[in-house]
Amino acid sequence: MHALVILVVALVLGLGACSRPAPPYAGAKAGVVSIAAASDLKFAMDDLLAKFRPLHPSADVRIVYGSSGNFFAELSNRAPFDVFFSADASYPDRLIEKGMAVKDSKFAYGRGRIVIWVPAASTIDLADLGMKSLALAEVRRVAIANPAHAPYGRAAEAAMKSLGVYDAAKPKLVLGENVAQAAQFIDSGAADIGVIALSLALAPTMKPKGRYWEIPESAYPPLDQAAVILAWARDADLANSLRSFVLAPEGRAELERYGFVAPR
Amino acid sequence: MDYEALALTLKLASCTTAVLLVLGTPLAAWLSSTRHRARVFIEAVVALPLVLPPTVLGFYLLFLLGPHTWLGALCERLFGSTLPFSFAGLMVGSCLYSLPFLVGPLRSSFAAVDRRLVEASWSLGVSRTSTFLRVIAPLSWPGIVSGTVLTFAHTVGEFGVVLMVGGNIPGATRTVSISIYDQMQSLDYAAASRTSALLLMFSLAVLMGTYTLQRRTFI
Repeated sequence: MHALVILVVALVLGLGACSRPAPPYAGAKAGVVSIAAASDLKFAMDDLLAKFRPLHPSADVRIVYGSSGNFFAELSNRAPFDVFFSADASYPDRLIEKGMAVKDSKFAYGRGRIVIWVPAASTIDLADLGMKSLALAEVRRVAIANPAHAPYGRAAEAAMKSLGVYDAAKPKLVLGENVAQAAQFIDSGAADIGVIALSLALAPTMKPKGRYWEIPESAYPPLDQAAVILAWARDADLANSLRSFVLAPEGRAELERYGFVAPR
Repeated sequence: MDYEALALTLKLASCTTAVLLVLGTPLAAWLSSTRHRARVFIEAVVALPLVLPPTVLGFYLLFLLGPHTWLGALCERLFGSTLPFSFAGLMVGSCLYSLPFLVGPLRSSFAAVDRRLVEASWSLGVSRTSTFLRVIAPLSWPGIVSGTVLTFAHTVGEFGVVLMVGGNIPGATRTVSISIYDQMQSLDYAAASRTSALLLMFSLAVLMGTYTLQRRTFI
């Protein structure tokens, strides 16, 4: 009985300690930048940061990849990230509106593109069939990111609709939690074909494993992607120099290698 | 509220519970009485889902049961489609994942049956199967009920495996827990809170029901 009381007291005290108003950001900690980035940036940002880190040898630069919608929900609850690279432009806008991101800190870093991707062993002639390959009778599962919350899923759905294969593909759709999971569904062989980000198709781990066909950019609304610096960024100077680096020719070159063309 | 997901979840939980009752009861009966050398190993395998993260199960289901393996090809012939992204696949995942929740309570209640009654039955010439059905099973019904209820409730609450191998197909693999996750991600907090409240009340009711039942039988 005593042990139980002690346990309950300990738990209550523990929870109390956790819910105290977040002190970590009060005294801005220098030399740290923690980045939340959309999962289509996985390989591009890894390369970009490999060039950024040597410029700030004493800085602690961390990055986490995930779905933009998920990060938005987390950031709305003050998740401890300093910079947010979204896969669209609306989440950064909404964070600024809510006063959770620094006004004027939003910057467009690239325009995403989508491709149809099949494993190398697939017999589907992508180059010849293009969009029609999604409607083939032999195709049983088409993987895309979830259009309900992933910008790449919305682009894939829009492209299928505007190019007239949506009705044929709809019953075969399987939805990845984000675009990287959609790619993983096809890569594992669980899905036959799918629509993923060009940046993933160009990634070193994916490139030798499959073939892709780029969906014409006119078929879907532009995937303009933007980043924003959060209001509680620990080291504003470091966050700003990351922003400058991404927009400078050196950073741009890294992003372009993965198919992120300059935003117009 | 996503009623299609709700109906699917109840269907998945009922099917999983039914399959596990058929497969798990003999297993639990065997485990409760055997002195076989393999017992420790089998017991550990049954309990694995209690400690393994669902991601491990999801990983194996996706890669071992995909179309590139002989196991996956066999399933394709049996069920007409590969297991990932299908209701049958979720069934396999749920059965593995909920196995300890059925076998555990069943095994301990079978083992708690007075050995003298069982041996008396045997010595009167009643077969092992009949003894199980007419002596052991009726005496362990609280364990059977709580195992069944826990299995059902645990399957309703499954998330990780479904997220990894389900593919989020409405009516086939989008369960309530996935639906709540989607509502959260789409920032539809009102819908997420309604569905979550329903699940919270359901789980509380199930657990209170189980505990009431257990108390009544043991007093």
